[in-house]
Amino acid sequence: MASLVGSRVERKEDKRFLTGKGRYTADINLANQTYAVFIRSPHARAKIKKIDTSKALKSSGVVDILTGEHIATDKIGGLIAGWAIRSEDGSEMKCPANPPLAKDSVNFVGDPVAVVFAESLDEAKAAAELVKIDYKVLKAVTSLADTMNSEAIHDGIDKNLCYDWLLGDRQKVKDAFDKADKIIKLDITNNRLIPNAMEPRACVIDYNTASEEITCYTTSQNPHLSRLIMSAFGGVAPENKLRVVAPDVGGGFGSKINLYNEEIVCSWAAKKIERPIKWVAERTESFLTDTHGRDHITHAELAVTNDGKFLGFKNETIANLGAYARVFGTVTPTYLFGPCATGVYVMPAAYSNVKAVYTNTAPVDAYRGAGRPEATYTIERIVDKAAIELGMDPIEIRMKNFPTEFPFKQTLVHQIDSGDYVAGLNKAKEMSDYDGFAARKKDSESRGKLRGIGVTTYFEACGIAPSPVVMMLGCGVGLWESAEVRFNPTGQVTVYTGSHSHGQSHQTTFAQITADELGVPIENIDIVHGDTDKGTFGMGTYGSRSLTVGGIAIVNACKKIVAKGKRIAAKMLEASEDDVEFKDGEYVVAKSNKKKTIGEVAFASYLPGVRDEVKSPLPEGDEPGLIESSFFDPANFSFPAGSHIAEVEVDPETGNVRLDKYTAVDDFGTIVNPTIVEGQVHGGLAQGIGQALTENAEYDESGQLITASYMDYTMPRADNFPEFNLGFTCTKATTNPLGVKGCGEAGAIAAPPTVMNAVINALGGREIQMPATAEKVWKACQQNKKSNSEAA
Amino acid sequence: MKTFNYHSAKDVKEASKLASPNSAFLAGGMTTLPSMKLGLASYKDIIDIKKIKKLSGIKVSAKTVTIGATTKHVEVANSKEIKKVIPSLAALAEGIGDPQVRNRGTIGGSIANNDPAADYPSACIALNAMIITNNRKVIADKFFRGMFETCLKKTEVIEAIEFEIPQKSNYQKLPNPASRYAVVGVYVAKHKSGINVAVTGAKSCVYNDSDISDALKKNFSASAIDNVKVSSSGMNSDIHASADYRANMVKVFAKKAVEAC
Ligand SMILES: Cc1cc2nc3c(=O)[nH]c(=O)nc-3n(C[C@H](O)[C@H](O)[C@H](O)COP(=O)(O)OP(=O)(O)OC[C@H]3O[C@@H](n4cnc5c(N)ncnc54)[C@H](O)[C@@H]3O)c2cc1C
Repeated sequence: MASLVGSRVERKEDKRFLTGKGRYTADINLANQTYAVFIRSPHARAKIKKIDTSKALKSSGVVDILTGEHIATDKIGGLIAGWAIRSEDGSEMKCPANPPLAKDSVNFVGDPVAVVFAESLDEAKAAAELVKIDYKVLKAVTSLADTMNSEAIHDGIDKNLCYDWLLGDRQKVKDAFDKADKIIKLDITNNRLIPNAMEPRACVIDYNTASEEITCYTTSQNPHLSRLIMSAFGGVAPENKLRVVAPDVGGGFGSKINLYNEEIVCSWAAKKIERPIKWVAERTESFLTDTHGRDHITHAELAVTNDGKFLGFKNETIANLGAYARVFGTVTPTYLFGPCATGVYVMPAAYSNVKAVYTNTAPVDAYRGAGRPEATYTIERIVDKAAIELGMDPIEIRMKNFPTEFPFKQTLVHQIDSGDYVAGLNKAKEMSDYDGFAARKKDSESRGKLRGIGVTTYFEACGIAPSPVVMMLGCGVGLWESAEVRFNPTGQVTVYTGSHSHGQSHQTTFAQITADELGVPIENIDIVHGDTDKGTFGMGTYGSRSLTVGGIAIVNACKKIVAKGKRIAAKMLEASEDDVEFKDGEYVVAKSNKKKTIGEVAFASYLPGVRDEVKSPLPEGDEPGLIESSFFDPANFSFPAGSHIAEVEVDPETGNVRLDKYTAVDDFGTIVNPTIVEGQVHGGLAQGIGQALTENAEYDESGQLITASYMDYTMPRADNFPEFNLGFTCTKATTNPLGVKGCGEAGAIAAPPTVMNAVINALGGREIQMPATAEKVWKACQQNKKSNSEAA
Repeated sequence: MKTFNYHSAKDVKEASKLASPNSAFLAGGMTTLPSMKLGLASYKDIIDIKKIKKLSGIKVSAKTVTIGATTKHVEVANSKEIKKVIPSLAALAEGIGDPQVRNRGTIGGSIANNDPAADYPSACIALNAMIITNNRKVIADKFFRGMFETCLKKTEVIEAIEFEIPQKSNYQKLPNPASRYAVVGVYVAKHKSGINVAVTGAKSCVYNDSDISDALKKNFSASAIDNVKVSSSGMNSDIHASADYRANMVKVFAKKAVEAC
């Protein structure tokens, strides 16, 4: 039987998704359900003086209206930051309370204040308009640069500072800088993004008055974790009385990692009103309240020698947390960001210093790549700037500073097990026809256009795990993953995984690896995920961890199945275990060529006996059945890497940027399904290019989100992209048996600097900030024109 | 969305009779429905005019192209006859929004709405259009009054728009990257009687830039526009484009349009 790992197996998910048969949370309707509408703060910062629900309660169809008072009375806990980060001076980070319904103060536009439950959605909306809330409006803090000098938003949090964190050695960096021939300096912003999952958030809650069990159907990337937080911190119900189900989920990109206010409130309220509840966010609510991404201001310095060797690197960043610290909010700009700050280079000394601050804006949390895109953007922009200032080719300066031996101890934290950065960059150079650029530039110029080329080489740390490591760094939980593999008596296999698919195609990829391990046809394998009542436990999907952590748990559980099966087969075949070999789904005794299929063995394991004789196929000490589980906790993160090259054509008359060519060469270790991996790269690139060219979340001074609809927030569209030119190199990960590294975030990490380096190259080195919108680029062209004519 | 009464009018007379200060006609619904959903507008009565056959269709004569009010953007974009006599008009329709919008949105709805960034108003001005309603004919110059404002009475139904076929014409726009409405759109048309340079997107309402058309009258070439000064005063300014940028783009897109004429 040919191995399925590496083959383009058609996606099992395609049929239901492409024929509109996906079953999402909003598709679920329960008998007798009520409809929830949340009343949200229209102000970015205000004190709540009074809430008057009396008129609204009398409105037609209203079942109940609940506020922060009720939450407080019932002692329902708030939302939490999952990682405790310490400041450079050793002090603990400062986090404000974040009750699910605001009681005393509101801190961003969209902060929920009250909730109406009614017989119909229209009635709930009508009643919501009758709830009177008196606010004392306060001056909002919205400018990231000025936040630390502004009035404190939260009581007791001085300078609005959550922490002032350092990774690295300031003295070593100083010494390195003293020796440098040249210091390259760069000030950049990493623009704020709104994740925009296609499916808005939603939850449907069922309360079983007999068993007193709450079932919460929700749009989550990690239902088990949501249940844990809702139970342990929210106090909504003990875990055994709480079931969280995340059915088909239409995209998350990090924004659905968090447990949100609405899920806690509706779960708690369903028990209170003894009715099912349905809540579905409208698109405006998604814009206002889904966690946002990025939003950094960075000053970076790179110390170099005249011949382009890197000596040291400084990264000083202010990161916006928004109004509250959420699950990955505090770790994204620290441990997911700082260690990657020095990129794929040998860097003798470095530090990352991050000040994370609160503002009156939506909470900022992990968004595809989480921290690594911000880190990569900084280093790759400054490396390009160094190449410009030293008069070097951008590929040459990178090659000069690559590590050539692996494992490579990266400056700040990571021990990178495998990689070949030289091979990757050479391949990208060739595939992009880098040497033909000069001719293409000439051609563009003959048409009055400017052309630029941009290079990025990156690595990232993903497969987010090693529990001991992440817990040492401040994570509140271990980040292993679990799997359970069940052989049914009639030979099909059901795999339960703690990973969650919201677009990653686990149903296919996980079935491929299971089929290879067990020798069972892929049609007979089902992947079950997203339900706390099915399977063991799970840490969920983010940080490109599904295959590298969750997938390996499946492989390990399969190996246990094969081992138990072998003991049973040996007994059935009356051979010694050592003489039995398992291959392609069959246990074979080499000497006699007698064999049993794994299906026959599974059958025997459940029906251990034969008629008219006392005879069990089960070896002594083995129990019936063929079910195994595994918890996998890898020894390290995994480290994908790659080289991307982009070319843009700029119309200097209008400032319009056309992305003309994009080449991505990535090393994801072993590739299980090339089609799915290419899809992941395409999606990541689309988001990364969106960040570079079009997307930007903007608040005005009073804290109103100006880009709260698709008429203003510029999502990239298909016509913003060229055909992507993808290539792969492969060095296997040494920390897992499949050699896989994770591919979900690569595109979003590498594309912003690649595209911006190309734009800046087209602009003759003149720097602009993301996104490179037409007006910004046009202004840069005008300035170039002016300085050229002054020079002439 | 607030509840409302839905009516499907069988003819223009009925539609007009049902109309009140608290009603809207439903053509493509591409403006009316989103604003109702967002709570920005609410109506007591929605009067569907899509079933009125007479309001839809394209007629081409020797001098004019007449387009029925409920003719969809996609129909104009794909019309072989229009492509033959005023290709720039078909191209304009092809550039509106996205396929979903073009498959539902109508020319009458677009003109009645008079969004400052809409494309069609520029075509009406450039092509000396006559707006034909159930009780009068109004020349485009008099029809568009200001931001989202026209001379239409509440009970008045646009039946058709009659465009004059020019000698040459072209429309060029800088699309808003998010919505694809015009940040700046310039429609240049050369008629026997004169030259129009209709600009949309730049100000609160579509206008005819007489400085540019004067320059073109002397010399119909892109370079003739080089020395025209376009002031940024009165220009729109938003997150996508400042007034200064818009003023500059009026010139750039006027030149592009002339070059493509
Ligand atoms: C995402 C999006 C992108 C868009 N992009 C563009 C773009 O790039 N360029 C552009 O020009 N437009 C754009 N539009 C607008 C679109 O082109 C529609 O033409 C416009 O919304 C109105 O047409 P409608 O037929 O949908 O009118 P409706 O929404 O049905 O009606 C709009 C208004 O016009 C009135 N009305 C309709 N028909 C008549 C009539 N016959 N007589 C009198 N009054 C009438 C109604 O009473 C109502 O007040 C976009 C719209 C959307 C949603």
